[in-house]
Amino acid sequence: MASILGIFCAANFGLRTLLTMDTFELAIVGAGPAGLAAGVTAAALGLRTVLVDEQPAPGGQIYRGIEAASRHPDSARVFGEDYMAGADLVRQFRASAVKYLPLSQVWQIDRDRNLWIRGANGVTAIGARQVLLATGAMERPVPIPGWTLPGVMTCGAAQTLLKSAGLAPSGRIVLAGGGPLLLLIAAQLMRAGNPPAAILQTSTNLRRAIAHLPRFVSSPSYVRKGLGLVAELRRAGVRIERGVGDIRILGETRAEAVEYIRAGTRRREQVDLVLLHHGVVPNTNLALSLRCEHEWNDAQHAFQPRTHAGLGSSVEGVLVAGDCAGIGGAKAAELRGRIAAYNAATNIERISTDARDRQCAPIQRELRPHLRARPFLDAYFEPPRDLLAPVEDDVVVCRCEEVRAGEIRRIVTEQSCPGPNQMKAFVRTGMGPCQGRLCGLTVVELMAQTRGVSPGEIGYYRIRPPIKPIALGELATRAQEK
Amino acid sequence: MKLTADAIVIGGGLVASAVAYGLTRLGLKPVMLDEGDVAYRASRGNFALVWTQSKGPGVPEYQQWSRLSSDKWSELAAELQSETGVDCGHRRNGGIHVCLSEDELAKRTQVVEQLRAEAPPGRYRAQMISRAEMLKLLPAFGPDVVGGAYCPDDGTVNPLFSLRALQRAFSARGGRYFCDSRVSSIAAAPRAFTVETASRSISAPRLVLAAGLGNKPLGEQVGLNVPVRPVRGQIIVTERLKPVLEYPTTYIRQTVEGGILIGESREEAGFDDTLNHTVSQTLAARAIRTFPFLKQVGVVRTWAGLRVMSPDVYPIYEQSSAYPGAFVCTCHSGVTLGAAHAFEYAKAVVDGHLPEKLGRFSSRRFDVQARH
Amino acid sequence: MFKRVIEFEGPVLGVVINGRECSVPASFTAAAAMLASEDGATRETPISGAPRAPYCMMGVCFECLLEIDGVPNQQGCLVPVAAGMRINRQRGARTV
Repeated sequence: MASILGIFCAANFGLRTLLTMDTFELAIVGAGPAGLAAGVTAAALGLRTVLVDEQPAPGGQIYRGIEAASRHPDSARVFGEDYMAGADLVRQFRASAVKYLPLSQVWQIDRDRNLWIRGANGVTAIGARQVLLATGAMERPVPIPGWTLPGVMTCGAAQTLLKSAGLAPSGRIVLAGGGPLLLLIAAQLMRAGNPPAAILQTSTNLRRAIAHLPRFVSSPSYVRKGLGLVAELRRAGVRIERGVGDIRILGETRAEAVEYIRAGTRRREQVDLVLLHHGVVPNTNLALSLRCEHEWNDAQHAFQPRTHAGLGSSVEGVLVAGDCAGIGGAKAAELRGRIAAYNAATNIERISTDARDRQCAPIQRELRPHLRARPFLDAYFEPPRDLLAPVEDDVVVCRCEEVRAGEIRRIVTEQSCPGPNQMKAFVRTGMGPCQGRLCGLTVVELMAQTRGVSPGEIGYYRIRPPIKPIALGELATRAQEK
Repeated sequence: MKLTADAIVIGGGLVASAVAYGLTRLGLKPVMLDEGDVAYRASRGNFALVWTQSKGPGVPEYQQWSRLSSDKWSELAAELQSETGVDCGHRRNGGIHVCLSEDELAKRTQVVEQLRAEAPPGRYRAQMISRAEMLKLLPAFGPDVVGGAYCPDDGTVNPLFSLRALQRAFSARGGRYFCDSRVSSIAAAPRAFTVETASRSISAPRLVLAAGLGNKPLGEQVGLNVPVRPVRGQIIVTERLKPVLEYPTTYIRQTVEGGILIGESREEAGFDDTLNHTVSQTLAARAIRTFPFLKQVGVVRTWAGLRVMSPDVYPIYEQSSAYPGAFVCTCHSGVTLGAAHAFEYAKAVVDGHLPEKLGRFSSRRFDVQARH
Repeated sequence: MFKRVIEFEGPVLGVVINGRECSVPASFTAAAAMLASEDGATRETPISGAPRAPYCMMGVCFECLLEIDGVPNQQGCLVPVAAGMRINRQRGARTV
């Protein structure tokens, strides 16, 4: 039988590969506010720290391109003060002793906490005593008819092009969806010279949010900023349509028009570009591939890694901070990154738990007001049910494998299906290159709504390495060959 | 909730689904009890070959049983397609075993000759072929390929779609499938079984254990010795490519969708189904030696599955002598043997006795070994 | 179509997009360069041949897959441009 099955592999000769590897006390994945702040703090505590990030410059998505942008006179006017605040954090990071690996994708963290990285010099591996996942957030998928057409992007994509390349869309732009970022990005596009023709806002959920209103108004900066954006957009003549439903994008080979219903009437806008957005969700594929336990956050309609007070995950030596541990925004991410660094230092007995608690107490105090506004925002901008799980059968849910909502629903009703992993087996959802990032939550919501249970009961995909694309030849690379 | 049924099948993978579907074909209305979404599922981690060319040297019964199933797979696939509309992806256009050294070639030649000698005349159709002949079949073979074996009777299915089709057809014929139904206990009497799950109590005169690695503890409750253990195997799948590998090989094949599957390793690791990175490296390196073009091809996923292995690797088919009506059906080749389980094993369950040709697979063979 | 509205400082280099020579800032990714010079689909899916274009620009959606210097299925939004880089639309599944 051994000859039939052929390749017999000794389990423990992986140890040999470790010998030539550089080992750090803390390895951080992600150069957004959480990762940067954690790096600065850890280096100040004397931890030998490495930060690995796939972008060419520090900042993550929120402070994307901040170094180049901060040298340009138009940036402050276009992007606003919150963005420019990132420059200081990046400066501190650059001045720190953290070893920084840009343009480097972590495609696997193995069970010995080695980080496998694909960078400019091919595949390398580094070891780590503590790993901090600071992989941030991604925009929630907005599966509506026509969302796969060219000429449809996320709002964040347009913002990224503006921040990192100074590129803005020309022609007639319509933004659609919900959440606080929708207005901010509309304003940034307007300041960059091309105001959107319209902003289509889905219905907000004041009834669900009302209980959180007192705490929200006690965070005056959020209220002031939100009202300021609306006023600015209105002054510029940008039309804001509220309470919009049944948004669909029309076109054969590209988006040509967007249709929606408002006040009982179907309306249509001609478009050159539609930008979709409905909030952000934790970017959890790396944590999932490590088999960190995740929990359903019902307020934010997303899964997040289960963490304890020290920001540790269920996997020993793996911490999680920033938006990938639950959405809290940039400032909260920065503060939680610092807390994570103190905990990593405690975990390897570099500082005492007393010292950690002393250092973290003021950070925790500073964190509180930033988290105070969140429950209201989560409730007020709760995505409508038909955006979480498309009602129409022919809406594409899995963009990679082109699986439609109806097919998923049919499996649940016709033959029963224990969960998203069996669904993956049955109809190939999540089997394509994005590994479920763009369909996972929708598949779970579809199954949950069809069965009438909470998405938390449905569970999520098991995510397998490599979580970033590598060639088979790179997978075959052994560490000592680097 | 209390239920009664004609039979209870414990398990939800290919083995259980094939037997359960087979029972519905014979007019029974069984219940199938599956676990939750993240159980150890060999059905979702296998290599999907319907293979005969290497099956059972020294055990002619196994060679014949595998060939019988391979011969009947077309019928099963056609039947499932007409009942469910799902294409199981069954293709039987021949399969290749690749040898990367003279040593491998010599060992394989021995296996092929032994199997031919042990088969009825003309029934074993694999033959050793030269490197030049290999290249005629698949021009993509690399310079390290020294030769191999080819068998026209071998092929592949899509095991995931097959599972879906079997379960769909089972439900359509009146079977009841329950997921999240881990069995907590079995109360057994001859031809009267009551199985408890968290939410149900199900009684039936027939019981089939087809729960893979779960058969060992379940078997103990109905007087069946099922000494299975997990053997970990890892698989790599690549991005979709336009058709490039017309024939499957033992360790590398192109799926109907276009991805290349690379497997399979064999590792004793208990119930640990995490990936061993060293194994991934070895699999990748060997695949590139076999087909050098793969070096540039993107990897989409790697995963580990747990095979269900008996001490001598062969299936265990048995009816409990203490509790007649309770059967066990377990093997590590649930794909190849799918048709045999659906058509033949199900019939044995309904008949109430296993046919003589399956006597070689009785678990009593392990008792004999223990006495030596 | 995307136009450059803020000129961040930095060098400019020459790339070849769908066979046409273009000058782009070195800060562009391959996907940004494509969006700045072409409208419409940048790839066709391997399954139905449906037209697609970059969607998220942050490395999660895999819609910006491009053929870069002859290698297909590269995430265009994560690859910075380099002098002489050849960036092409791609059609269907990869051939080998």
